Amino acid sequence: MITVQADDLVRILPQAILAGFAILVMVFEPFLPAARKTLLGWFSLFGVVAAGAATIRTSFSPGLAFGNSISADRFSLFFICLFLLVAALTLLGSFHSLERENINHGEFYALLLMATVGMCFMAASTELIMIFLGLEISSLATYVLAGFKRQDALSNEASLKYFLLGSFATAFFLYGIAVVYGLTGTTNLLVLSAQLGRSGEFRPGAVFAWVALLLMFVGLAFKVSTVPFHVWTPDVYQGAPAPVTAFLSVGPKAAAFAVLLRIFLGAFASAGSGVFWVFWASAILTMCLGNLAALLQSNVKRLLAYSAIAHAGYVLVGIAAGRGEGTAPVLFYLTVYALMNVGAFLLVAHLAGTGERWTRIEDFTGLGYQRPAVAACLAAFMLSLAGFPTTAGFFAKFYIFRAAVHSGLIGLTIVAVLTSVVSVYYYFRLIVVMYMREGKAEAASASLPWALRVALAISVVGIFYLGLYPTDFLLLTNLAAVPLP
Amino acid sequence: MAPLFYIFAVLAILAALSVVLQRTPVYSALSLIVVLCSLAVVYLLLGAEFLAVIQVIIYAGAIMVLFVLVIMLLNARQETPSDRSRLARWLGAPLLLVFLGELLFAVWERFPAATTRAAALPDAGPRAVGALLFRSYVLPFEVTSILILVAVLGAVVLAKKRL
Repeated sequence: MITVQADDLVRILPQAILAGFAILVMVFEPFLPAARKTLLGWFSLFGVVAAGAATIRTSFSPGLAFGNSISADRFSLFFICLFLLVAALTLLGSFHSLERENINHGEFYALLLMATVGMCFMAASTELIMIFLGLEISSLATYVLAGFKRQDALSNEASLKYFLLGSFATAFFLYGIAVVYGLTGTTNLLVLSAQLGRSGEFRPGAVFAWVALLLMFVGLAFKVSTVPFHVWTPDVYQGAPAPVTAFLSVGPKAAAFAVLLRIFLGAFASAGSGVFWVFWASAILTMCLGNLAALLQSNVKRLLAYSAIAHAGYVLVGIAAGRGEGTAPVLFYLTVYALMNVGAFLLVAHLAGTGERWTRIEDFTGLGYQRPAVAACLAAFMLSLAGFPTTAGFFAKFYIFRAAVHSGLIGLTIVAVLTSVVSVYYYFRLIVVMYMREGKAEAASASLPWALRVALAISVVGIFYLGLYPTDFLLLTNLAAVPLP
Repeated sequence: MAPLFYIFAVLAILAALSVVLQRTPVYSALSLIVVLCSLAVVYLLLGAEFLAVIQVIIYAGAIMVLFVLVIMLLNARQETPSDRSRLARWLGAPLLLVFLGELLFAVWERFPAATTRAAALPDAGPRAVGALLFRSYVLPFEVTSILILVAVLGAVVLAKKRL
């Protein structure tokens, strides 16, 4: 039994502010003429910044809230900041592209903010019911966002596919929660962790507990698109409007990883080696299949989709490395991944032109001569995704691999290194096409709108800053990697 | 009590099978009503009268009306069996049986018949449910409103003719 106090409210302040702004966006939407809807976008961006300020306020009174169901610790605040960054970059990159596609409606911004609210709740909750609600909020919002180009058959297909498979996955997750409740009589991760820690080993009911853990893993594995639960990813990333794809490929994924960390390295850390092998196997499958399938793609959006699958595999390596070693590198990796993936998708979205016509790799032929700055930007993203030194992608991979080696996962590390060598091929294909082929790039469209420039500048500067001076940020991730849950 | 429980448990399982196996959507929907009503009886037997009533009013009543209405609006006919995925046909049933066996084994191991007896449920009346909902689970309760808001917004976005 709890009574709500001021501190409780402070600890969900970022989420509350975001939700409030989403509602205000919907309230203001009917009063704006169709041509001025971008104002709502700026208003949403202001909301995201306000939520960022609120996060600072929250960080001064850390602790549990609402009867131990919310934990405002450094871990959750780190993830909330990451989600806010992703939302801000997506907003900056979406204004022009939405206008171009003639889908600049206020609902887009409201749904984006709501999805962010859901993700923040996922990262901050220590109560499985709250995690589930967050998952559902972010999922429902992103299903609709994926189908936001309502006249476009591919976008409709993406939305429906994502909806069907996604609700299937959340059903798995919910079933897992139900089994956990049936076993232990609680859905609170803190209570669970205390119970399991006391009994030493993973009882009560070893087999049943396994069913629960696997069901929850499957539900989350859909969201982070690990093999074999990845089949929706390329179609959805291809069909969804590109700014949405940028958001999808990073936001819900990072949120699901936050939950994976909290559940599997936190509450159920004593579950033993079985969980480790699940992560081990899915990491290997995901890295191999993601990278190999990416080799065969001719569409840039699909290529990036498979690359996103492969990157989920590297993060799984970090999780397999375990709680002492793995958490901080995973946080580092997710941040770097967010910067480079959002940047790459936003840039591809802009270059694709009206109706996203130019998304084949050949459409980028000779871009390096026509638009040197734009091509350099895209090349930087590709280099970072490939894990080239001096870019952040290198250190992100390096820390993950180092954690894996420290935990004695030599085989897993070798597979990870080999597959990332394979990945260089497909990332460099785009660079080769841009710089070493003569031709007139179809994709070289109008000049970059300045909002998109700001977003790209943040991503590029971030990539090189973290690539050249990673120590400060690494300290931050070490601080954020508090013992969970 | 026990015979009643078994009757309605078996009825629920049979009706659930019928939901999946029927080819006509309306029959599936009607079978689902049987499932939900039998579950309501099971709740009643466990001493949770309030939940049983809620189950009938909300699930078997309101939600199923929506289901049937949508089926009628879409004029859904008998579904044609697709012969595209052979893998699903050959792997589906065995995997299902494996999963079922796993669950049964787990229940068997966790709750051996000798030690299991019907526990008297704590008070599950409206007062207790209300206290839980507005005290311990007040945050999930409030956050659900955001979820519903998103669902409404999504329906508008996807279905409205002109945004």
